[in-house]
Amino acid sequence: MLAEKYAQEIDTILAKYPPDQKRSAVMPLLYLAQREEGYVSKQDMLEIAELLEITSSEVGSIVGFYTLYYEKPGGKYRLQVCTDLPCALRGADQYLENLCENLGILVGETTPDGLVTLERVMCLAACDRAPMFQIHSPEGLTYHEDQTVESTHKIVEDLRMREAQA
Amino acid sequence: MSAYILLRHRDIPDLNQLDVYLKNEGFAAFRKAVTTLSPDEVTDIVKASGLRGRGGAGFPTGMKWSFMDKNNWPHFVTANADESEPGTFKDREIMEGNPFQFLEGVALAAYAVQANTAYVYLRGEFWQIAEQMDRQIAELEDAGLLGDRLFGKNYSLRIYTHLGAGAYICGEETAMLESLEGKLGQPRLRPPFPPSFGLYGKPTVVNNVETLTNLPLILQNGAGWYRKIGTERSPGPKIFCLSGRVNRPGNYELPLGTTFRQLIFEHGGGIPGDRQVKAIMAAGASSALIVATEEALDTPMDYESVPKLGAQLGSASVIVIDDTVNIDWVVNKTVRFFNHESCGKCTPCREGTYWMRHLIDRIHAGGASWQDVLLLKDVAAQIQGKCLCALGEFSVEAVLSGIERFEADFREAARDRQAEQPLLVGAGLRSDNG
Repeated sequence: MLAEKYAQEIDTILAKYPPDQKRSAVMPLLYLAQREEGYVSKQDMLEIAELLEITSSEVGSIVGFYTLYYEKPGGKYRLQVCTDLPCALRGADQYLENLCENLGILVGETTPDGLVTLERVMCLAACDRAPMFQIHSPEGLTYHEDQTVESTHKIVEDLRMREAQA
Repeated sequence: MSAYILLRHRDIPDLNQLDVYLKNEGFAAFRKAVTTLSPDEVTDIVKASGLRGRGGAGFPTGMKWSFMDKNNWPHFVTANADESEPGTFKDREIMEGNPFQFLEGVALAAYAVQANTAYVYLRGEFWQIAEQMDRQIAELEDAGLLGDRLFGKNYSLRIYTHLGAGAYICGEETAMLESLEGKLGQPRLRPPFPPSFGLYGKPTVVNNVETLTNLPLILQNGAGWYRKIGTERSPGPKIFCLSGRVNRPGNYELPLGTTFRQLIFEHGGGIPGDRQVKAIMAAGASSALIVATEEALDTPMDYESVPKLGAQLGSASVIVIDDTVNIDWVVNKTVRFFNHESCGKCTPCREGTYWMRHLIDRIHAGGASWQDVLLLKDVAAQIQGKCLCALGEFSVEAVLSGIERFEADFREAARDRQAEQPLLVGAGLRSDNG
């Protein structure tokens, strides 16, 4: 249950908004729900709806609308590469293609060990340091800029090592 | 002292630490405003400075504040930190390097319109920045610079961060307010504008991060000082985001009115391999494509001059395209972006960007005839002027200017097919957005 597990954090979130505007807390609460499993379950949506006194379909529509919420589990780390125009002018398309080869998966797929899901995303506001990607994991989001396939390979290997030690 | 006004962290080390910011006259402007100036006096100074919104529209900031409905309370201030335009990465640098100057700007705007609550709406990808900002806000509260009865006066202010979750449309001010209310980020019909009907239906100021970051030094040094920078009608410094085919991409804080040539060649170090500039987009992916003639390169980048080239300055996100690039490829990239980011509320944008995408995909893949190019133009023209917000308009800028100004590239892409009729649109289409 979210309400029990994160009672204090939920209070902090709700305190940001006027008491009669609890609905504003839906986005931060969805991030909270996503923290452990990396996606929002139906049960989470029901709980959030109850907390905020809105319907679960209203919560579900938010999950569907915004790209950083997921309804299905993916790899533990979502490696999200920007290939929008400015990044592409700096070789991001070719980089992504080579990265697919290096990881042995296609865009949208997950490595067999369940660690990395490779995704193509829209502009991440780092156009001057392309190719770049963000890693979206239950722990949050980190940016990795001025990438080559080799530097990315090393980052993925580091993640693998961390997992093995955990 | 710093040569910079906005990117001061570049020559003041650790300016993102509160003690360093305070040593560099930090929060002196806010203290001065709250203790010695009335809210209207603050607004008047900002009006006199000629500061115009840096998010893209260039609307005079002080004037926007003066539209706040004084018969409807409470008032809110919201900072737009949803920076999502392809080619734009300035607000991120400000919030990472000089966050307290930005937060002081938020505080000044809030005091000017007598708001006791302000929200910073950051795009979800700025998760790390938001975490830091939460700590910075807590430090300001501990230091008595935010909170209740500030400086012993009857004025209180709280600032909160709010993370978006990956939607370009939330950079549109009313979509951002909807999102902040916990709804889908879809634009509202305007008017009414946010200063009369904003967050929770209350009068609300929406200002861009860069705009707000200008305020502390304007209040410190005065409107006259500020007007000495830039041009008569576009005063002040601007952060130009330079990207694409240049040797030194990055943020450049320069006076408004700097020419494209100065930015690209003097500051940006020119084009890799000494290639020619073919086209320039001045406002990110939302731009019309400017043909990079000598005259265009010598055009000052300000709100008045860029429109003479059939384009807009917007957020000054300058994407440089060299002569190795085909414009149909560029248009393919921008159309795919807008198709993905269309919020789905207005039919012409939702459906139009979808059809544009399939047409440009085929043109770019070399499977189309000239009739398909004409059909693409036709679809684009049907989006124009028919949507609630600017996204639909933005989506056709590169399409229409690209076909008109770089026709040869499209002729080349369509050269293998002489079909009189366009291919059957819809054949073999899939609804994915990959």
